[in-house]
Amino acid sequence: MIKKLVSMFSHGPLHLIIIVIALMWILPSVGLLITSFRSSADVAASGWWTVFEHPFNFTCYTLKNYQEVIFKIGIGRAFLNTLLITIPAIIIPILIASFAAYAFAWMEFPGRRFLFVILVGLLVVPLQMTLIPVLRIFNKLGIAGTFPGIWLAHTGYGLPLIIYLLYNFISGLPSELFDSSAIDGATPFQIFVKIVMPLSLTALASVTIFEFLWVWNDFLIALLYLGGTADVAPLTVRISALVGSYGQGWELLTAAAFVSMALPLVLFLGLQRYFVKGILAGSVKG
Amino acid sequence: MRTKKITPWLYIGPATFFLFFFLVYPLINTIYISFFNYNSEIFIGIKNYVYCFTNEVMLNSFRNNALWVIVFVPLTVVLGLIIAVLVDRVKYESIVKSIIFMPMAISFVGAGVIWKFVYAYRPASAAQIGILNALRSFFNSEPIPWLIERPWLNNLCLIMVGVWISTGFCVVILSASYKGIPRELLEAARVDGATEFKIFWKIILPLMKPTIAVVTTAMIISILKVFDIVYVMTNGSFNTDVIANRMYKEMFVFGNYGRASSIAVILLVLVVPMIIINIQRFREQEAIR
Repeated sequence: MIKKLVSMFSHGPLHLIIIVIALMWILPSVGLLITSFRSSADVAASGWWTVFEHPFNFTCYTLKNYQEVIFKIGIGRAFLNTLLITIPAIIIPILIASFAAYAFAWMEFPGRRFLFVILVGLLVVPLQMTLIPVLRIFNKLGIAGTFPGIWLAHTGYGLPLIIYLLYNFISGLPSELFDSSAIDGATPFQIFVKIVMPLSLTALASVTIFEFLWVWNDFLIALLYLGGTADVAPLTVRISALVGSYGQGWELLTAAAFVSMALPLVLFLGLQRYFVKGILAGSVKG
Repeated sequence: MRTKKITPWLYIGPATFFLFFFLVYPLINTIYISFFNYNSEIFIGIKNYVYCFTNEVMLNSFRNNALWVIVFVPLTVVLGLIIAVLVDRVKYESIVKSIIFMPMAISFVGAGVIWKFVYAYRPASAAQIGILNALRSFFNSEPIPWLIERPWLNNLCLIMVGVWISTGFCVVILSASYKGIPRELLEAARVDGATEFKIFWKIILPLMKPTIAVVTTAMIISILKVFDIVYVMTNGSFNTDVIANRMYKEMFVFGNYGRASSIAVILLVLVVPMIIINIQRFREQEAIR
């Protein structure tokens, strides 16, 4: 009886606190979304929340901002660039990392532990430490400002975390798998392709969503190694330039920002489970 | 597993090449050129470092970075902890968590746009379209130029954007750790008459300590390098500059590779304790294995 009363009193504030926190977290994004569908006159005249005064008045919404940013301000092209950067920059490092993680987990070779400790150290080296030498090499090779250059860069920068996460998973596979396969005469490569990879699909999904978000949302590396020219600049670089030039054109800025957020949001919400697994594997060993 | 001697090297070869080329070699090279002039031709000793620790703009950036660490880290970790423990008690936990995770999917640039709009400022005579100033005018207060008001307010406003993005990460990890605590333990304490508050301090917190340490180091590492938020929202004006943005400016705007490198090295030195902690933690985990 007392317990029930206590829980009633304690749960009212509990719900209130949680809902207030959730609102604080979501309102800024809601404002962005609504503003991106309003006309420039409306955006300048009143706050986005005023649309809730007439919740069923759908005439105040327009797709014009999206038309303008995608076709006139180059966000469509930037979206394509981001896609062209992201897809190879996911596939290449994950492929290379899978081989390495497998070898680190199940093969014996001199220096294995030493190399892996270095890798753990490299996990948190600030990228700033690498920018100037890499850019100089890129300039010499003539791949600064090109897609292959940034694919390679993302591969190098993504590898430590991807190897680490895959290693955590692959090294946890039962050793009997490897013993019995080896007795059956399978080569290390056959074991890798036929047993390890199929069993690691969850882990591969985790690192894919990680690497996708990292590359898709990257700003610094693209800014330095690709630059701002329209034929290569990704969404983040393009939008940051818009913030400078369209400072008060909120209806355009918000539409452009939403174009850049839509795909990662959908993937993230759909694959949240794998993302959470990845985070947990990377920090506290599960 | 038994392999030919060469096989492991074939498997780790490509990865090793990339790691060396993009991380190890540049790391060493950056340290080296930090002792040279702007185009790396003349050795100038520690002059770049002297500049970093005497120049007023640089010192101000260090102060701002310190403020980021002091405010951002405890706020994300404590908020993450509170949210993780609170949402565990309600049925709509997964929805609330998704909302708080969501910013993790957004780029810092996108988040910069979202929050610049939240902080939007117009003179008191005009209608406020930024929600914060609209709230203020609702309560008959003067609008505030949030991102201009120095020295504290604008920096704190930028830090809040970081908190908004990163708290979800803390919630993910802390929530998993919290759920790993045996419920019987908490029930037993309740039966013995312990208050919820006491249970939190005496049981939950001590058990979650290792995880809190992990989250705290992750937050420190990520925020020492803070760049995008500042670049997009203020580009360091009005006393909001941070060292990563200074490095970018020295490198790309002023073309002074020596100074830029020395700033990067300072950033690395700040992160070194975290690297050591990480390696120690890894060794402990391997020992358990």
